[in-house]
Formats: sequence, structure tokens, C-alpha cells
Amino acid sequence: MTAEVTREPEGAAARPVAGGVVRGRLVRPGGVLPIVVILALLLVLIAIQQPDFFQPASLLSFLGRSAPIIILAAGQYFVIVSGEFDLSVGSLVTAQVVVAARLIDSDPGRTWPVVLLLFGFGLLVGVANGLVTTTLRVPSFITTLGMYLILVGAVYLWSDGAPRGGLSDEFRRFGRLAFEDVPLLGRLPYALLVLLAVAVLLLLFSRSDAGRTLVAVGDNPRTAELTGVRVGRTKTVAFVISGLAATVAAILLGGYSGVSFQAGLGLEFTAITAVVLGGVALGGGRGALLGAMLGALTLETLFTLMNFYGVSGALKSTVQGLIILAAVSVGALRRR
Amino acid sequence: MRRPGIAVALASVATLVLAGCATDTPTPNPSQSGATADAGTGVQSKFFVQADYDREIALLGATATGPADRPWEQVLDPRPVDTAKYKKPGPYKVCFSNAALNNPWRQVGFKTMQAEVEAQRALIKEFVHVDAEGKDPKQITDINDLLGKGCDALIVSPNTTATLTPAVETACAKGIPVVVFDRGVDTDCPVTFINPIGGYGFGHVGAEFLSQKVPSGGKVLALRILPGVDVLETRWSAAKVQFDKANVNVVGVEFTDGDPAKTKTIVTNYLQRHGTIDGIWMDAGATAVAAVEAFQDAGKPLPAINGEDQLDFLKLWKDKQLTAIAPTYPTYQWRTPVLAALKILRGEPVSSPWKLPQPTITQDNLDRYVDEAMPPLHYAMCGCTDLPGYPQRWK
Repeated sequence: MTAEVTREPEGAAARPVAGGVVRGRLVRPGGVLPIVVILALLLVLIAIQQPDFFQPASLLSFLGRSAPIIILAAGQYFVIVSGEFDLSVGSLVTAQVVVAARLIDSDPGRTWPVVLLLFGFGLLVGVANGLVTTTLRVPSFITTLGMYLILVGAVYLWSDGAPRGGLSDEFRRFGRLAFEDVPLLGRLPYALLVLLAVAVLLLLFSRSDAGRTLVAVGDNPRTAELTGVRVGRTKTVAFVISGLAATVAAILLGGYSGVSFQAGLGLEFTAITAVVLGGVALGGGRGALLGAMLGALTLETLFTLMNFYGVSGALKSTVQGLIILAAVSVGALRRR
Repeated sequence: MRRPGIAVALASVATLVLAGCATDTPTPNPSQSGATADAGTGVQSKFFVQADYDREIALLGATATGPADRPWEQVLDPRPVDTAKYKKPGPYKVCFSNAALNNPWRQVGFKTMQAEVEAQRALIKEFVHVDAEGKDPKQITDINDLLGKGCDALIVSPNTTATLTPAVETACAKGIPVVVFDRGVDTDCPVTFINPIGGYGFGHVGAEFLSQKVPSGGKVLALRILPGVDVLETRWSAAKVQFDKANVNVVGVEFTDGDPAKTKTIVTNYLQRHGTIDGIWMDAGATAVAAVEAFQDAGKPLPAINGEDQLDFLKLWKDKQLTAIAPTYPTYQWRTPVLAALKILRGEPVSSPWKLPQPTITQDNLDRYVDEAMPPLHYAMCGCTDLPGYPQRWK
């Protein structure tokens, strides 16, 4: 766009530079202005077709439903901004939901131990993705594709191809229930509070030194390494965040809809689309966490809009594909 | 000279089209007598066959022969065939090429079949099962492999109809008795083909119930798994016929992929768009609970709904006193092929085709099928309570 767009060595989207901070941060590649504009536009279109959508209760329940995909996109952001991909999150979500159902087996007493176990599992998958990618130097595209297949196969084998057991109400409430009768707001879904907590935590992390190092690693791993950054460890942290985010998403999704083999189907692509739509550059080094999360919200808004206008849901993946292609081409053009 | 000509032509065509749109003259449509032109149900499926539909609807009201408490041994409209040429002394080796085990329905069915085999241990010395994992090429290979294993009888549950037909024909040509069940094949060579009444019957029962329970002008949402699959297309096409006939206001027909999350989102969106939905028709019950949950979570009155005989739905129905019905595609049909194979090997006549009754769970008999001790994804119509290992085997 404008001439002040420069590639800073740290590529730090969140770096506080004196003067022109706001303008620079919003419009440079990786800035959040474009996505805010798109989101606003979609909201206007929804307002025309379905003004009821903006009633607090309805809007909050929409945000609650979008929480899992926003959290997944946030996790995916760290991996992508560090220059990698995580294709395993969808199958990780499915695995977590199926495992949770079988282990909890409708017994409320087992809820919390199983939740802890799920986080352990998510952590482990993240560490494995990270170590294979960084120490064995397998491209993350392949590593996480492998992990995807391993998880799909393992779940299939372990469950004989159909989910068993059941989730306790205790487990399901996070994704399903809400604080009722909240003044002004009406109904405040738990999922939305979980989303806010995760968002604050991750935003703080992304603005910490560790968070900026991650972006630097994605921008130029060689430079980062020369300045003393442990690139392997940094990238592994990104995969771990993604794995943990997938765990939170799995708990919310499982809670929302109950046990299903399709719980995480295609979510890796939805998350990547959201991140790219949010102005984060594939290949790493540029983009803001807020952008990625807004990207996910925009995507969900778009799907809701398509529904309100009666567009077939079958077009969803086509739309995602077009967005990825368009966003990446625009990004590439701007970098020239 | 040419251009204005075209423009004039276009303009007149446009005028004609617009005029056509503006007039409300009903065009007589002989194929859809009595139905409104568009009740929101769209065009009829290309899978719809009127004769099959008529036959299935007739079978719904037919009385089955055989023991009433053992519907898996019953036959509707029996047409016995002679099997003397297959008679041989036991015990037998029975082989089974299975399309897949990839959903709870098939899981429950297969466990029921294994239990039936166990109950028949005196007659069956060996039972070989190969799972094609939902892949046509694997099932073709599986069937060919089984042909070299000295099976006395072969049971096939085909993955897809057309693709598996040649493999089944090859098996028939070997001279061993073949029994096909669930989905069919395009050949008469198997000794018998076992299945319940079918998709038209299933779809009709749910749609007829909704036509009665949804108040006049009420909104019905139809949820389908996916298009293009014959067994599911028949369910929807029968429902469409019924909805059109009863003038039901179908506000949407949506595909869920059988995914509860997607189902819940779709229903939530419809509730937002229409305020209330009075009836939910489903072509399969697996996501019925998710559909009802969408109403609960939105704080809306629960709709009239058809599910299936999965226990999670039946329990919800009982607990929340739903206005509901559950047509079934009974899993007890997995017992019948074993019984048929044994009959054939003993030279007793069997009916071909072997049409099994397709019971419906209603408010009146609901209590008989709700079993709190069984897991949520269990199918109540398994006919398995008298089998060895019940209930542990199905948990």
C-alpha cells in the first residue's frame, strides 16, 4: 500500500515504534485494518438481512459458537508466524473428543482427570510435531500431515471405527451452557469466557519477548539464530501452543455437540484460512495474533451470512479455498 | 440491422418471461396431482421409483409370517425358494465379507451377528469375518480371497451396489450359497437378499407423523445426511411425497454430513431465521439429539421430531417428553443372514427376497425400548437381549 511499509528485522507486528504507530500497525502487511473492514462489511450485510442477529443473546451465542475456531486459529497463528504449518489440529480435536468420551464414559467423576489428560495429550502432540520438524528437519507440512494420519488411524483402531462411551454433562457445559439472565447481556456462554481467557493469555504471550522471538524466527531463522535465538525450541513452543489450543477447542466442540467422529473434520483448513484471512503471511514473520482471531471470526460471520442468504453450505470449502488463494496472492503482490 | 433485431428479440423474450413470472395461473401437472407446485421440498429425487415406493408403503401395513417375538425370523410377503442342492452335513464354515464397521449402527449389528454365531456354535465350526473398511476394491479382494478358503456359505454386506455386483456373481459361480443383506446387488444370483422394508418406508413413517403433529402452516425443517446415496435418497423422496400431499410447509432441506456440530449449527441458524420451527424430519437418527439440543440451548419449544432407535435419542425422548417417533432400520437384520445360511446348508427353503419387518417406536411402546443401562449409541432394535453375552458384549 503506502510507502512507509518496510520490513523490520524483527517483523514485530506488535512492536511499539514511536510515531505513526497506529497507522503503521494497521495498514502494513500483517496489519489488522483490512480484516476489520471486511468484518464490518459482513456485519452490515447481516444487519440488512437479519437485524435480530445483533440482539445481545443471539450475538453472544454466535460468539460462543465461534470460540473453538477462533482459539484454533490463535494456536495456528503462532505456528504460521514462526514459518511452519500445523495440519494436525483437526484430527487432534477429533482424537481428543473421542478419547474423552470413551474415558469419561458418562461418569461425571472422571471429568477433571480426563480433562488434565487431554491437555497432556495435546502437549505431547505439540512437542512431537515440534521436535520432528526442528531436530529431524522434516518440513512441518509433512510432519503434521503425518501426525494427522497417525491420529486418524489410531483413533479408528482404538475405537473400532465408531465412537463409544459418552461425555458427562460436567464436561459438556463449557461448550454448551451459559450464565443465564446476565443483566444487559442476557445469556453469556461459558465458551465465550473461555475464549476471552485464552485470548488474553495468548495476547500477553505474543507481546512478551518470547512471542516476538517467535515472529523473528519466522521472518528470518538464520538471523534469529545468529543473534542467539534457539530456533528449534522456539518453533516447538509454537507447536505446543497449537496443540494446547486444539485441546481447548476440542473441549468446547465436544461440549457443544457431543461425541462425534467428525468433531474436528476439516478444522485445520478452517484455521489456516482464518489465519491467512487475518493478514498473517504464510511462510512466517508477519502478522498479528489479533488479526488471526478476527480472521476466524470473519470466516464464521461469512458462513452465517451465507446461511442467512440461503447459500448452500456445500460451498463452504470452496469459499475457504478461494480465500486462501486470494489472501496469499494479495500478500505476495504487496511484498513485491 | 442485425443488432437491433437481436435486441428486440431479447426484449420480447424478457417481456414474455416476466409476464410468465407475474401470472399466477397454475399449470396442470399430471405427475404431481394433488400436490402444490412447490412446498419447499424441491424436485423429486432421480432415485425415486414409484413402483418400489408403492410396494414399500404397502408392506408397512402387511402382516409378517413367523414368530412375532422374533422379528428377525419373520418374513413379509414370503416367496420361498428351494435350496436342496446346497444341502450338506454340518458343522459348517461360514464366511462374511463386511462392507465396514465404521458407524455405531454397523458396530451394534456386527456384535449381534457374532452373538448369533456363538448361539449357533453346534452348527458353525468356524466363522470368518473380513472388514472391507468401507472400500470397494478391498471388498472385491476380500470376496475373492474368501472363495479360496473353503467356506460352506458366504454372507456379503456390500459396500456399494453396482461395484460389488461382479464380485458377488463370481462367488455365485463357484457354487457356494451366497446370502446378501443390508445393501443389495444388481444380480439375482445370491440365494436370497435380506433387508427390512426399506428407505421409502422409513422416510414415510417420519413424514406422516410430522404431517399429523405439526399444526397447519407450521414450519418443518428436513435434515439429510448427504445427497446421492440410494438408501438415503429413498428416505427423503418418500418424505417429500408425503409432505407435498399433506401440504406441509417445509422451510428448509439441509445436509448435515451426519455431523452433530453441523446439525446443531444448522438448526440454530434456522431458529434464528424463522423464530420457531415446529417439526424436524431426519433421514437418520444419529444427530437427532444434537437437533433437539439446539432447541434446548436456544430456549425454544421442542419440535415434533423423528429420530431413530439409538438410545441417546430414546432417553431424551422419555426424559423431555418429546413429541416424537422413531422409524427404525433394525440392527436385528444382522442375525438373519446367519440363520438363512444355516437353513440353506440344511436344505430348508428360504424366502427370496427375505423382507424383514421394520418396526416403529412410538409413544406407546417407547418404555419397552429405553434401557438406562445400555450405552447412548446402542440401537434398541437389536433383537439381541436373548443372545449370549448380553448386555456386556454391546457395552
